[in-house]
Amino acid sequence: MVRLLAITPCAGLLPLDVGNVSLREVVVDRMVSVAPFVGQEKAVSAALKDQIGVGLAPKNRAMAKGGAGVQWFGHGIWLVRGQVALEGLAAVTDQSDAWAVIRIQGAAVEDVLARLVPIDLRAEGFKKGHTARTMLGHMSVAITRVGGQAFEIMAMRSMAGTLVHELEVAMRGVAARSNF
Amino acid sequence: MRLTCPNCGERDRREFYYYGDAIALRRPAPDAVPEAWDDYLHNRKNPAGDTTDLWFHEAGCGAWLVVDRNTVTHAVHGATLAEKAKR
Repeated sequence: MVRLLAITPCAGLLPLDVGNVSLREVVVDRMVSVAPFVGQEKAVSAALKDQIGVGLAPKNRAMAKGGAGVQWFGHGIWLVRGQVALEGLAAVTDQSDAWAVIRIQGAAVEDVLARLVPIDLRAEGFKKGHTARTMLGHMSVAITRVGGQAFEIMAMRSMAGTLVHELEVAMRGVAARSNF
Repeated sequence: MRLTCPNCGERDRREFYYYGDAIALRRPAPDAVPEAWDDYLHNRKNPAGDTTDLWFHEAGCGAWLVVDRNTVTHAVHGATLAEKAKR
């Protein structure tokens, strides 16, 4: 009998600690994209609330409850962590293995991301639960603030190596400058 | 140059892909005269001044936008979602 081994997107790349910033993989068991059909957003939101306890998040926001979560993921599309059934209401696509999800945390985390991300992620404007589709280097990513000094970043799984590399270089740069 | 995406707010130009004149939203009827199709496909004005273009928020929310801007002053007057733009 062949036994298949599940390998996470960042297997062999993480964990990583540089200076006061740490990089960890977030393993998501079940994740789907939900794109409500025209005019069905309210119905989808109600159905999600019934099934996993969280409805559709507003634009640029992510909401979580228990192990489930709903994250705005672009124009007319949301990413849902949890098991959902939305037959006839939305286009639902399994994304469980499609994304590399990492958590970056530490005192200098905003300085690290400022080297790579073209939008303002400072806490004054980008609070806990805020999410953005933007770029990290040349890569398209989703960035969510999950704590005072912590962000979750999602990139396509095929880009996991680049994501970790870009962040590691930025982390080393920030750490080096803090010694002056 | 910065564009204000109706979903994401003000974003850097590098997040967007440029498509061209927003005439692409005004597709002629299938039985329209060949001249109408010629205009739709090929003939473009090259205005010095206000222009209306289509942009795709490629590295952002993935929405198509209609952007009003001025090619002389480089001012960007605003952006609306293509799905809500007047056709």
